[in-house]
Amino acid sequence: MKSKIGARVGSRRPIKMWSEGGSFVKGVALGGVFYLLLSLLGSFSPNAKSGSEDLHQHHHVQAQSNDNLKQLSESQTQELKDQVRVYCVIMVQPKILVYWAAAVGTWSKHCDKAVFYTSESSKALEAVDLQERDGWARLCKALKHAYENAGDLRWFFVAQPMTFAIIENLKYLLLTKDPSEPFYMGNALKSGELEYVAYESGIVLSYEALKRFVGVLDDKNKCPIRVNRLWKLSEDKQLAMCLKYTGVFAENGEDAHGMGLFNGKSLDALIKESMKNNPKNVVEGCCSDFAVTFNGMTPNQMQVMMYGVYRLRPYGHDFHDLLMFDPPEGSDND
Amino acid sequence: VAPDRGVFAFSETLAGDTLNRLPTNCRADTCAHTNTSGQFSVQSACVNLTSPTNSSQTTRILCWIMTGPKNMVSRTKHIKETWAKRCHIVLYMSSVRTDFPTVKLNVSEGREHLYWKTIRAFEYIYKEHLDNADWFLKADDDTYVIVENLLYMLSNLDPEKPLFLGRRFQPFIRQGYMSGGAGYVLSKEALRRFMKGFATGACTHFSSIEDMALGKCMETMKVEPVDTRDVKARQTFHPCPPELHLARQFQKNPWYLDYEYYPPIQGPGCCSDFAVSFHYIYAVQLYALEYLAYHLRPYGYKYRFLSRENKYFNGTTKQLVLEKDTQLPVEAGNPAE
Repeated sequence: MKSKIGARVGSRRPIKMWSEGGSFVKGVALGGVFYLLLSLLGSFSPNAKSGSEDLHQHHHVQAQSNDNLKQLSESQTQELKDQVRVYCVIMVQPKILVYWAAAVGTWSKHCDKAVFYTSESSKALEAVDLQERDGWARLCKALKHAYENAGDLRWFFVAQPMTFAIIENLKYLLLTKDPSEPFYMGNALKSGELEYVAYESGIVLSYEALKRFVGVLDDKNKCPIRVNRLWKLSEDKQLAMCLKYTGVFAENGEDAHGMGLFNGKSLDALIKESMKNNPKNVVEGCCSDFAVTFNGMTPNQMQVMMYGVYRLRPYGHDFHDLLMFDPPEGSDND
Repeated sequence: VAPDRGVFAFSETLAGDTLNRLPTNCRADTCAHTNTSGQFSVQSACVNLTSPTNSSQTTRILCWIMTGPKNMVSRTKHIKETWAKRCHIVLYMSSVRTDFPTVKLNVSEGREHLYWKTIRAFEYIYKEHLDNADWFLKADDDTYVIVENLLYMLSNLDPEKPLFLGRRFQPFIRQGYMSGGAGYVLSKEALRRFMKGFATGACTHFSSIEDMALGKCMETMKVEPVDTRDVKARQTFHPCPPELHLARQFQKNPWYLDYEYYPPIQGPGCCSDFAVSFHYIYAVQLYALEYLAYHLRPYGYKYRFLSRENKYFNGTTKQLVLEKDTQLPVEAGNPAE
């Protein structure tokens, strides 16, 4: 009898489980399906962090491949060119006048609009005088000013004085991204649970991201401008926190090989590292062909970069990119 | 200009972008390599330059690097990893034979022996490689060379003419001489004459200052110096790193500017887009220049000076021919005809 029962129980067990524990199993199955769906959708839209904090990972932003660009018509590419224009927010101070002057005379000429924001005015160079000592408050004010004076520009690039940027490569990265989506990218780092874009390698914000930032700015709970010294974070982390409240998260800018485009160190420093880490492949292991920024560049090195990036090349190595960006008018070092 | 083999055809009349799209990863190191017989083979979309005398032949260059045992690891190794492989033939000249490989010359190391080293190096090359190349470049182990630009320059010239190229300096030698550190190039005929000079006693080891002494021999043997500036009067061979020329660093050493044969220009007008060489370039800067010239580029950027639209060199040794709307500095002391 026992064995009979045993056998019967054995054969019925799965059916029994299904009918009795059925709702549980169904619940798990359904939940699993929804979870899969959400994460799939999430991986297509760049700002999808609608999932929980624990699913948090870097989104890796890359430039559009040439194949996709091939499909576009003349007017479409012109539209893209217009959309991808950049407003450069360059944070300076009179005490580092040489760096300020270097930025004016070199890479910033390639911005569609380059505005210098200073802590105090200087007779030598033009800037928006924020009259602000505090670094974080300066950044807040500068970003707010940029938002209010954007005109029809939709992308914002925040740089420090020792940063050298190649705006064409920034545009290439942003080319088919919609600025009415919140993008916040650069060299994305992690500090504890907070992911933020490092200041020194340049911060990129879409119009939507900047709009949200300005919206939450000076909310005492989320994004105060005046922060108690005890609780003070570095400016880039502070920015990340504010943006996080608005649902905007840091993304890492990379090339098609996954190599970072935003460098917090100088070219020489990166080459030195690469000589140690990739002695047989120093150059390709160092840095991307489409790098956007380098940091810690002296004014003289910036002149060398202008020449090295925009002029020096081996005869016969010409490229046929799908968009053409003209050199700035009246410039002699590019 | 037909390619040897390869997937893409490179044509001088390439204008329409959409059809003849060159691969964006065209790398110089896939362009030129020497096999054992010293033949130049062209790959895919890289330039195949023909010499004006014989259009079925390509312009071949032999590069020799003046080095020595104590620099092999700190300097020469990195040259081997970067630009040297773009020469059809590359020789590393030392006082010691090694598996680097280096050629052993019967000389001692040291500044006083530099001209002997040069003489012995050219003797070796004349003996072993005269027929393997058309042009002969001498470089130091701290010189960075963009070989494609040099080949482009040379493709306008006849190696059977007695010609000598480099960064022209003026003191001591009336027709000028070429800076040793910036690298200099002898045509095949110039090399023959250099050898002949020593064979007949017309040229001697009268000084250990290698570049100046060689320049004297060139003058004696009636080898013509070439004006290697581009059509915008920008220099191609540079005796210093780019930073010094671009950032006007010679204010501190104004005597240097007196060495210049042509009117010196500092700042962005110093240096041609198609520069050939820089000097005092050590490991880190070597790779940095390699990265800047061959790798890093601004996407979609329209260069002001496009290689296919403008003729870059006049291919003469005489006074620069000015383009109609080019504003060039007034030349003081033009080279005599």
